[in-house]
Amino acid sequence: MYRDALREAIDEEMARDKTVFIIGEGIAERGGSYKVTEGLLAKYGPKRVRDTPIAEAGMIGVGVGAAIAGARPIVEILYVDFAMLGMDMLVNQAAKFRLMTGGDGRVPFVMRTQGGTGGGVAAQHSQSLEALFYHIPGLKVVMPSVPADAKGLLKYALRQSDPVMFLEHKHLYMTKGLVPEGEHIIEFGKADIKRPGKDVTIIAWSNMIPRALEAAAKLAEEGIDAEVLDPRTLVPLDKEAILTSVAKTNRVVIVQEAVRRGGVASDIASIIQEEAFYQLDAPIEIVAGLNIPVPFNLELEKASVPQVPGIMAAVRRSLHLAPAAIAAQ
Amino acid sequence: MSAQPKRPNVPSRELLEKLFRTAYKIRVFETEGIKLYRQGLIRGYFHPYLGQEGIATGVCAALQEGDYIASTHRGHGHCIAWGADVKKMVAELLQKETGYCRGYGGSMHIADISNGNLGANGIVGAGTPLGVGAALAAQIKGSDAVTVTFSTDGASNNGTFMESLNLAAIWNLAFVLVIENNQYAVSTTIEESTREPDLYKRGLGIGVESHQVDGNDPLAVYEMTQDAVAKCRAGKGPILIEAKTFRHMGHHVNDPGKYMPADKLAYYKARDPVDRARNNLTEMSGIDAAQIEAIESEIRKEFEDAVEFSRNSREITIAEFEAFTADY
Repeated sequence: MYRDALREAIDEEMARDKTVFIIGEGIAERGGSYKVTEGLLAKYGPKRVRDTPIAEAGMIGVGVGAAIAGARPIVEILYVDFAMLGMDMLVNQAAKFRLMTGGDGRVPFVMRTQGGTGGGVAAQHSQSLEALFYHIPGLKVVMPSVPADAKGLLKYALRQSDPVMFLEHKHLYMTKGLVPEGEHIIEFGKADIKRPGKDVTIIAWSNMIPRALEAAAKLAEEGIDAEVLDPRTLVPLDKEAILTSVAKTNRVVIVQEAVRRGGVASDIASIIQEEAFYQLDAPIEIVAGLNIPVPFNLELEKASVPQVPGIMAAVRRSLHLAPAAIAAQ
Repeated sequence: MSAQPKRPNVPSRELLEKLFRTAYKIRVFETEGIKLYRQGLIRGYFHPYLGQEGIATGVCAALQEGDYIASTHRGHGHCIAWGADVKKMVAELLQKETGYCRGYGGSMHIADISNGNLGANGIVGAGTPLGVGAALAAQIKGSDAVTVTFSTDGASNNGTFMESLNLAAIWNLAFVLVIENNQYAVSTTIEESTREPDLYKRGLGIGVESHQVDGNDPLAVYEMTQDAVAKCRAGKGPILIEAKTFRHMGHHVNDPGKYMPADKLAYYKARDPVDRARNNLTEMSGIDAAQIEAIESEIRKEFEDAVEFSRNSREITIAEFEAFTADY
């Protein structure tokens, strides 16, 4: 499972490197709200696995300071929504430090947190905020969609030297998938084709990957062969992989759970039109969350973020298939 | 808790000379730096440490190699007291490639990570969590390093002040928080900012040993810090020290500071920390005026050489800049 893969990565890196440590709310004895850190306290002791008071700005800042001083902190923030309390430390400190010091200062800091909708936790516990971090030069943005990626990317995060926003998804912790044992490391900036196809490229990440794959499977029944591309890291972004896929399919649908306005999907669309305009056979489609805070009511929550039928409809539009034509098929 | 530590014995000539040299070097750096600023050689912001020299001077003299400091936007004095190379500091202010940050940081961001200077900071209050983080890293690595964050009265009303000091407390970190209480947050007085202007009391409320000291007395600051640092190395940290002081001018070079009452300014100028360091040296060590003058001219020469060095240094090229930032 995704959460076990994350635990394996932390466990292996803590065993390998004595400067790796983890702090967060309820992560020690309790093992974290999503059980990612279960068992680590017993194995590594209270010095390296610590509970914190509810002080997000303080604990993120302390993590950044520890990283500057040469340790490798993981700061677990319960919800990405709560990371907003620590934005100064992320945006003005961690992200700026390397450049401001002319390259001498490095910040090998990992903030693990989770976002996204899932089961009616309402507007302050459901956001997808990757665009905020994506916008800040100096931060790496990682969004694993499957257990194997979660492990490989987290291990890589703990070996490189820049601040990493490691954004998990609350809906993915219990999802299953094969995970290579031991030294499974995935470098940042390497997209993964989650499903090869030739008719259209669906670009998605995090919890939109399972939805894109479900849409692709259903579209296959209609004779549409969709490729599903998972960038896995939004910063750095694997432009080459995206452009290669676009050159093959000539059609693009980008799916993000985050609100549409000012989102990463818009920026990816902008990159594609700039670099591959003449390879496009249709306008780029974006399927995204509505520009609203997420409502509590489960039906409204569902209506606020992309669902499988919406993704399928966007793919059909990009193939110029009018509803009537689809009905005739 | 606010009583100052008793002076155990007469301070050594070596210590007194070190304190004077540091305080005077900061005074020269700021005074001459302001002239360079007025000549247009230094751009951006310049927050002088004039009047507050006693604090950085006394605190840093009590630290040792391997320790860490985190500074503020008003950070030149901390760097100098920490032993920074004046050449590299001036070069940074003059945006040269030979500067501490190769011209990428400027006055508010001078840092020297490999020597334990975590850097000045343009965000008021940010040095506190960063310093606590360095202290946490030291604890995890099993080192006996002590981290000092120089903070300010202005920063003490920021949320991370209490959040991070509390974290240092629950984890018994080797951390000293020095609040330089210069009684102004830019132009807002301490009395307007808080009902309790004795800021050391804030530490007491969360179980942190806290003291108050005359920030214009470098020797008193040194002795109090030495005591605090020893306690931290013995696992009895963190400790908070509030050092009362007063700026000699406005918030930055271009702030005339007209809001600062003349009588109060006169009061603090009469207790000038550089004069006190000089008087301590002459009175307690018997050094004569000629020797003092020799020290002073040596320091002024060091600054002049630094300016010369910086003027002759080159700036980062666009090609170097592009290579450096390619993976952002």
